[in-house]
Amino acid sequence: MAILSKEEAKKIIDKVLALSTADEISVGLSGDRSGNIRYARNSVSTSGETTDLSLSVTSVFGKKSGTATINEFDDASLEKTVRRAEEIAKLAPDNPEYMPMLGPQQFLETKSFAESTAAINPDFRAQAAFNSIDPCIKKNLTAAGFLQDSAGFSAMGNNKGLFGYNRATSVDFSITVRTADGTGSGYVARDYNDASKLDTKSATEVAMQKALASVNTKALEPGKYTVILEPTAGVDLLQNMMRSMDARNADEGRSFLGKKGGGTRLGEKLFDERVTIYSDPMNLEIPGSPFSGDGRPQEKVTWIEKGVVKNMYYSRFWAQKQGVKATPPPSGFIFEGGNESLADLIKGTEKGILVTRFWYIRAVDPQTLLYTGLTRDGTFYIENGQIKYPVKNFRFNESPVIMLNNVEAIGKPVRASGNLIPPLKIRDFTFTSLSDAV
Amino acid sequence: MQMSGMGIGAMMLPSVPVIGNPVSAEHLLESWMDAADKKKLTEIALNAARSKGATYTDVRIGRYLQQYLFTREKQVQNIVNAESYGIGIRVIANGTWGFSATSDVTADGIAKCAATAVAIAKANSKFQKEPVVLAEQKGVGDKVWKTPIVKNAFEIPVREKIDLLMNVNNKALEGGASFVTSNLFFVNEQKYFASSDGSFIDQDVHRIWPTFTVTVTDKAAGKFKTRDAISSPMGMGYEYLDGIASEKIAGPNGLVGYRNSYDMVEDAVTAARQAKEKITAKTVQAGKYDLVLDPNHLGLTIHESVGHPTELDRVLGYEANYAGTSFATLDKWQSKNFAYGSKLVNIVADKTQPHTLGAVGYDDEGVPCKEWDIIKDGILVNYQAIRDQVKIIGEKESHGCCYADNWNSVQFQRMPNISLKPGAEKRSVMDMIKGVEKGIYIIGRGSYSIDQQRYNFQFGGQVFYEIKNGELTGMLDDVAYQSNTQEFWNSCVQLCDKDDYRTFGSFFDGKGQPGQVSAVSHGSSTTRFNGVNVINTGRRI
Repeated sequence: MAILSKEEAKKIIDKVLALSTADEISVGLSGDRSGNIRYARNSVSTSGETTDLSLSVTSVFGKKSGTATINEFDDASLEKTVRRAEEIAKLAPDNPEYMPMLGPQQFLETKSFAESTAAINPDFRAQAAFNSIDPCIKKNLTAAGFLQDSAGFSAMGNNKGLFGYNRATSVDFSITVRTADGTGSGYVARDYNDASKLDTKSATEVAMQKALASVNTKALEPGKYTVILEPTAGVDLLQNMMRSMDARNADEGRSFLGKKGGGTRLGEKLFDERVTIYSDPMNLEIPGSPFSGDGRPQEKVTWIEKGVVKNMYYSRFWAQKQGVKATPPPSGFIFEGGNESLADLIKGTEKGILVTRFWYIRAVDPQTLLYTGLTRDGTFYIENGQIKYPVKNFRFNESPVIMLNNVEAIGKPVRASGNLIPPLKIRDFTFTSLSDAV
Repeated sequence: MQMSGMGIGAMMLPSVPVIGNPVSAEHLLESWMDAADKKKLTEIALNAARSKGATYTDVRIGRYLQQYLFTREKQVQNIVNAESYGIGIRVIANGTWGFSATSDVTADGIAKCAATAVAIAKANSKFQKEPVVLAEQKGVGDKVWKTPIVKNAFEIPVREKIDLLMNVNNKALEGGASFVTSNLFFVNEQKYFASSDGSFIDQDVHRIWPTFTVTVTDKAAGKFKTRDAISSPMGMGYEYLDGIASEKIAGPNGLVGYRNSYDMVEDAVTAARQAKEKITAKTVQAGKYDLVLDPNHLGLTIHESVGHPTELDRVLGYEANYAGTSFATLDKWQSKNFAYGSKLVNIVADKTQPHTLGAVGYDDEGVPCKEWDIIKDGILVNYQAIRDQVKIIGEKESHGCCYADNWNSVQFQRMPNISLKPGAEKRSVMDMIKGVEKGIYIIGRGSYSIDQQRYNFQFGGQVFYEIKNGELTGMLDDVAYQSNTQEFWNSCVQLCDKDDYRTFGSFFDGKGQPGQVSAVSHGSSTTRFNGVNVINTGRRI
């Protein structure tokens, strides 16, 4: 059984803690059952399932730490792992930035586990694939998709009295539908904690519509355009920006949050005032882990409020050095939006380009957070509130910081890659060249 | 596709894939099972799978070792010693692939794993449209292959490695760096392959990658610039770090290229100087330039614009939902006259070139490795294909480029070394630069992005020098070039000769769902491309 109960996990952790001779010891115990099915050319190509249960021990002498892992749980194996971690620690160099382990913490009870996902079996996956492939075959379209599910738990404890336990499930599905002649392509991605929300057939139908609607593209000149970014398109750029909000890099002057003359841009208005981004592990759409990897409690944090940088995230070492609260980075974030749907945003657009997704996004300049990448799997020209025709894919060179200063409208957020992201209408988005790719 | 996280992420602890459990450094040197014991275990799997109805089976018992060291400035951030071992069993039953893997390497565990693989194959055969047909591969019997290393990196004491990295960091800081991170990556794959064709192959594969990032900040101006190492990951032992003088190639302006031996400290000193120079470098004026591309830069362009598009599984649509498909479609290959590049462009695939990341004796389907042409005199002549694909291109023998990144990953088609042959005429980098009126000389791997069919790409670099009337006139900044694969390779007008030939490498090349990494080298000499579109990437926020 890969998913242990809180009591079972605590019993094992306490047993391991009692074996320690080190100054400090922390024990991580986690297990999961995960499975996947992959298909292409309307046929299953690979599929598999794995279960894992493993124990990780970190022992510390002074400022030296060592870690050892094992996936056997008899008394002799547990003892061996503790001794091995201690040996590794004794041989390790001092870490001058080592921080003593945390004592007991209060963790929130997040709703990250769904029985429906934990119950997924090979038949469920085969059926999910069939529901996606079958409609494509009937319309002479070609499906390539991937479904991955996981159900697991993680627990941690140390000899300072900290103990945490959480169960989580996830299911990720993505589908690319192409026309038989390869001139049209559509894509949809869905992710949930609760698999009962996943309908691979209806998701595939959206991708099918996009594939059929994206044939016979017209080429528009590269340049600055008003764009509507679907959540699947906007999420990567926004996530990249949020992951660059590390305080140490900003303090060291090597971040977009570094300031001319030294210092950081904390407290400065850097974005349009409609931009508010926060994280909240208790959010029911994207329930997160109650603790970070080093045992800090996750709680609601506002990162950007009405365009002003309100918080950055810290390692415990850097927070102590700067004398501030050690806020950990969140697992997912929530971009506040309004009530308008994607269709509403399209309706309100005189001229613009609808982007389904971006591809191969890479940093060009970390100073300005300039990224490049391409549109893919459904790019359309909008005129007078209607989708007029599909257009050839573009390469963009744009910074999310500039983008969030050029906001025209923000729609209703939906889940994308573990975040809540609204469809965004952005003016003057920079496309620098055309791509022949479909 | 390249795994992201090493470029911009180099400012923080890089997020690199670690497979396996933490162990002590000493444990990495302990010997495992001998070949005879491994053979007995694989026979259990072969028999169990056959008895359950498999018509073909291959078995990989693997022990995968990694040692990664991470430092910044004066301190060691992390040392990872990891080991992963287990068995992966792949079968064909009812004409369909099935795969299962387990870390329970006992007779009972192996038999159960084989049965699961067959059961998965049978379950999936319901959706199979046409049965898998493998190109014939005669069993090779008992074989052994080892990377020809001089110094086993795992035998070098950790202390010595830390001393090297601390020396690198100190020299960079003395040279004016504000920050420096440096890393060493060592990989050892001990893998035993057996198949129902009658092959029993024991291989011991070593790889190494030393790298660093130097950062210079100018707080008054609110600017920072970085310069990454121009080392290459190699299929070598610790001897790569000897910095042998005869393996250095002198370039213009005191620049040095490294062939099969790398001087990490020397490069760190140069990097600090160049990062400082970048702070005040002139911003590029967008427009058309002739590009002179160093092998340490061109390798990634080859990887993305020739390596990936000529993978047959991409061409056929098996990667459509993730990495994408390819513009290099079968009709272009069949025409026998698709001009991928100019007549100077000769691209070969191989898994045999010494010191490269791709070099092994046999691939993960037990096929002996070889070299073959991909582009000959500018024409697309072949793809990269494995046993269940070669029939599609009318060949009877696999190319031998199947790979799995671990025992618990299923093997599939992965890129072999893909290299541009050097020019036949004697020509140095200085000779080449002399002939350029308006150009840019680019060194090192920078930002990179390419579309899902590999037409449109954009590449940056580490350092850029302006060329005016045959001379380097100073450093440029904010440079990236955008082109179309076919246009770009047809603008190839000149190649340096074999004396300038070096390999670039990608240590964590990503592909597949679930994702797997692989390591691959790309050789070339410095090459000139005319009239390429350069954009200015400078912005204000």
